[in-house]
Amino acid sequence: MAVAEKIDTPLLDELEKGPWPSFVTEIKKARQTSPMCDDLLGQLELSYREKIGHWKHGGIVGVLGYGGGVIGRYSDVPEKFPRVAHFHTMRINQPAGWFYTSDALRTLCDIWERHGSGLTNMHGSTGDIIFLGTRTEELEPCFQELTANGFDLGGSGSSMRTPSACVGPARCEWACYDTLKLCYDLTMTYQDELHRPPFPYKFKIKCAGCPNDCVASIARADLSIIGTWKDDIQQDDDAVAAYAAEGVNIQKDVVDRCPTRCMEWDGAKLTINNRECVRCMHCINVMPKALRPGKERGATILIGAKAPIVQGALLSSVLIPFVPEEELEETVKELINRVWEFWDEHGMNRERIGELIQRVGMANFLDAIGLEPVPEMVSAPRDNPYIFFRTDEEQA
Amino acid sequence: MSAQPAKRITDIGPPHYEKFLPPIIKKNYGKWLYHERIAPGVFVHVAESGDRVWTVRAGSPRLLSVQTLRQIAALADKYSGGHLRFTSRNNVEFLLDNPDNIEPLKRELQEMGFPVGGTNNAISNVVHTQGWVHCHSAATDASGIVKCVMDALYDHFTSESLPAKLRVALACCLNMCGAVHCSDIAILGVHRRPPKIHHDALRKMCEVPTLIASCPTGAIRPATVDGRQSVEVIEAQCMYCGNCYTVCPAMPLNNPDTDGLSIWVGGKVSNARTAPKFSKLAIPFLPNNPPRWPEVVDAVVNIVNVYAANARKYERMGEWIERIGWPRFFELTGIPFTRYHIDDFKHAGLTYARSTHIRM
Ligand code: SF4
Ligand code: SF4
Ligand code: SF4
Ligand code: SF4
Repeated sequence: MAVAEKIDTPLLDELEKGPWPSFVTEIKKARQTSPMCDDLLGQLELSYREKIGHWKHGGIVGVLGYGGGVIGRYSDVPEKFPRVAHFHTMRINQPAGWFYTSDALRTLCDIWERHGSGLTNMHGSTGDIIFLGTRTEELEPCFQELTANGFDLGGSGSSMRTPSACVGPARCEWACYDTLKLCYDLTMTYQDELHRPPFPYKFKIKCAGCPNDCVASIARADLSIIGTWKDDIQQDDDAVAAYAAEGVNIQKDVVDRCPTRCMEWDGAKLTINNRECVRCMHCINVMPKALRPGKERGATILIGAKAPIVQGALLSSVLIPFVPEEELEETVKELINRVWEFWDEHGMNRERIGELIQRVGMANFLDAIGLEPVPEMVSAPRDNPYIFFRTDEEQA
Repeated sequence: MSAQPAKRITDIGPPHYEKFLPPIIKKNYGKWLYHERIAPGVFVHVAESGDRVWTVRAGSPRLLSVQTLRQIAALADKYSGGHLRFTSRNNVEFLLDNPDNIEPLKRELQEMGFPVGGTNNAISNVVHTQGWVHCHSAATDASGIVKCVMDALYDHFTSESLPAKLRVALACCLNMCGAVHCSDIAILGVHRRPPKIHHDALRKMCEVPTLIASCPTGAIRPATVDGRQSVEVIEAQCMYCGNCYTVCPAMPLNNPDTDGLSIWVGGKVSNARTAPKFSKLAIPFLPNNPPRWPEVVDAVVNIVNVYAANARKYERMGEWIERIGWPRFFELTGIPFTRYHIDDFKHAGLTYARSTHIRM
């Protein structure tokens, strides 16, 4: 099966130099089992020479009964590179937290070697396993082998995109709720929305266990679920003293960097005014042996982050300041249903939920989904007097 | 097709994560007490039970062949009981219950060409997109620039010598697959010419009302071309975002002579100390110069060096710039400030200086 034909790639060869691992080397390695990779190298070399991409725009392909999970891709120079004439991507829903056994990984490799280029991304930006490059007729057989082995496709297009989670309680002492469990449960609950795009545009959910937000949920998720706590930071004074003895400058590196200046250090004892603490994680990050999130844990739910397309980038903003861990799953699901209903009714084509909220106003959005406004939702109250008073309230 | 519908398995979702957790993780799930760094790329987590798990992290090129994945799987068999995981930044992690395995594993990873590091105050792996390897709207390649930038920043991956974490990300067009808009340094592919309209294809492939609605600045309007219905673009109103191209293949923006890159700085997603923030424009345009993109590499290295030399401990790029002020950032980096740095989209006024607080 291996092809020995020589492909001349002087420009790409330059990318095999230097200490960082090379993707060109990876493509060359995959040539051993996939002739598609020869033409991929050829086409990529052409792009490097001409400074322009050679992939055509989209194309609707997929597997039976699903409206997503496959990104259609065709070469615009198929006569030169027939083996990448089709080069579709399959998105495979990753296991929560990106844990694998070596056997599972080899199973994926075997399936992909039989049905595609043998090139992957571990992982794509949304979190999915990416199978990079195959022909239309391979999609269905590949899919069937995947599901037979317990894997399924992820989201694409105007669907709920594959939810993702930080490593959470599996290996992080700061996880304020079970990110893997919530991510898995949401993924399973909304399989239909994941596989059959029903929305005006994409909807991303990301589960981060604490405000460090290792999955960038506040920047990237329409619904960001970020772990936090309500009671006091757990504090071990001996361990604080040990950090000080080891040379941590508690005053400068911890106390002075606290955003609310709610800590005091008298050279022997650290005092935290927990009512003023905004749960930013800085002091805990610096002294993980001495300080830990409190015991009354849960999450803040935020809504609306997105990249620039269409109306400009947004960060998520606070919707529910604190939900106790025990109530999290139910609250999130209820909220999702109400948000989707509103979006379904009012969203325009390709309008993300964050943009819709900007268009109709947060207050109207809150009314619609039945949430009371609270001051935690804003950085400051409005500073302009153009208020739309409601006539029904004027009379009251 | 209808011969075997009963056998077809659908909507099963991903495998349950518990199936893949190493025994030591399962045992101590949710019961971790604290962690300590051991060396760049190596840390240990200690559980309430007293159990310890050592993590060894290595950078990957993200684009991985099945051949390499099998090598990684073999390392997991040899050193971490057949278990491994990946991070959100395309690093691979081996979770060891025996610290004697750390050094031999590190050696084998390094022999495979996979650098161990990316922890704490290092530059972790670059989050990036598909570029010319797989996308139609790319203004540049992704993997190639990332490779060149990481070659230059390699020592910052394998050491932890910066004032704080530094997150680099790259997206090859304004669609920005990946959280590049909140990175310490974001490299962003940009188009600089309005779409070329292929009127014949447009009539066949695109819905005109959807197309008109797709433009954030209202630059697209109906027009009659050669006596038939099509659209035109008011060029002065176009900022080359590519929204139109996303909904209509007949409006490509790719242009080898004018496409290139921009550099953005000072974003973050973590809530530590200061609130999460967007990256801001540092360099509006650098040329596309494959295969090694020297202008981009130099620009990134310069910003990293100036930051490393001037920021205080625990100050992320954006926090440092907020302390010293943007004028000083431009002065220290030698980057020219231009008319393009001043926002002119929605809410632009919010970024105008509205006080006399000026460092002279
Ligand atoms: S987001 Fe917080 S809980 Fe999750 S892995 Fe990062 S630091 Fe740990
Ligand atoms: S978590 Fe942040 S706000 Fe709270 S005490 Fe620590 S540094 Fe201060
Ligand atoms: S950033 Fe743009 S060009 Fe790059 S992969 Fe995403 S959509 Fe394609
Ligand atoms: S590139 Fe953007 S601004 Fe220009 S015409 Fe297309 S949608 Fe409008």
